[in-house]
Amino acid sequence: MMKRDECFRILARHIGEAALVASYSSAVEWIDVAPRALNYLSIGAMGLDSSHGLGLALGRPDRRVVVLQGDGSLLMNLGSLVTIAAAAPKNLVHLVAQNDTYEANGSQPTPHPKVDFAGIARSSGYAASYDFSDLRIFEQQVAHVLEQQGPVFATLHIEPTKPLKYDYPSLYDPQKRAAFKAAWRS
Amino acid sequence: MDARIESADTAARELHGGGIIAALKASGIEYVLAVPDIVTSSGLLAPIARDKGFRLIRVCKEDECVGIASGLSYADKRALILIQYTGFLDSLNAIRGVAVEYKQPICMMVGLLGHDPEKAPRASPRYGVRIIEPILDAMGVAHHLVGVDVDIGKIQPAIERAYRESEPVALLIGRRPQAS
Repeated sequence: MMKRDECFRILARHIGEAALVASYSSAVEWIDVAPRALNYLSIGAMGLDSSHGLGLALGRPDRRVVVLQGDGSLLMNLGSLVTIAAAAPKNLVHLVAQNDTYEANGSQPTPHPKVDFAGIARSSGYAASYDFSDLRIFEQQVAHVLEQQGPVFATLHIEPTKPLKYDYPSLYDPQKRAAFKAAWRS
Repeated sequence: MDARIESADTAARELHGGGIIAALKASGIEYVLAVPDIVTSSGLLAPIARDKGFRLIRVCKEDECVGIASGLSYADKRALILIQYTGFLDSLNAIRGVAVEYKQPICMMVGLLGHDPEKAPRASPRYGVRIIEPILDAMGVAHHLVGVDVDIGKIQPAIERAYRESEPVALLIGRRPQAS
């Protein structure tokens, strides 16, 4: 089991010029670790992170897109795994931070713990899928995961954390979307 | 009835998929994001699936389309969401959050299953259809009824406006389009 912030710090060292799509707890922790214009915050309709990521990846096949989704969010949009696999964007990496908890809504448990998201992604048709629960192994393999031909999926098994501070006005800020748009079109 | 008048009357009550597809192309639509809908299945979705001028993305659930279309818009790629009104209702939170509150150019073409095309949607025999326009009004989403061929002229201006102003629009398909 890994700590999410440690995991994200390693990811941040490899993210480069990729767009990173995140929502709720993943977004809050990611922007603390790696504030950047190419962060695309998918707040307001939980579950759509993976669909936003697919749209971004299809729109710019020359650029890399990384989706950093919580497990509660993916559970709300499991069908997107099938849609993404069928659309087969080579430039999409789909990471899921799994702690079996809806952290943004009072740290309530998800309906069933230990869902095998990587297995579902594999059987849906992703080009590759991984499970990481050891930080050292994640650090060794993250560059390969990010550079591989997609769609690539990886579950990051993380510990539940203390409640985060959700600054929703900042997360919703239209200037962040405008900054992303400018960076994404450059 | 005079045969010519009857023929003209019948023509005025027809809706052709070919005309809708031409309007979509003229509007710069490149991606079609769809869940099959029996109203538009044979007259629109089937020919779109065969048309190399579009990239069709078949999704599992309609709200996915809202996220995909939003993502595409950041690269100036235009998309049409082709769904049934039941899927529209199922996607209301995505439309509220992404299309309305984030002011994204989300263009929806919504089949009105069970609607009597001779009636206005608000007077439809189907409850689910009757509530569509009031819901769109409450959400502040522009909408246009495409029930006969003459209505096809509404499509391109509606899509152009949606992308120019970065706002959603719903095109309501009130009659099963003919495959032509």
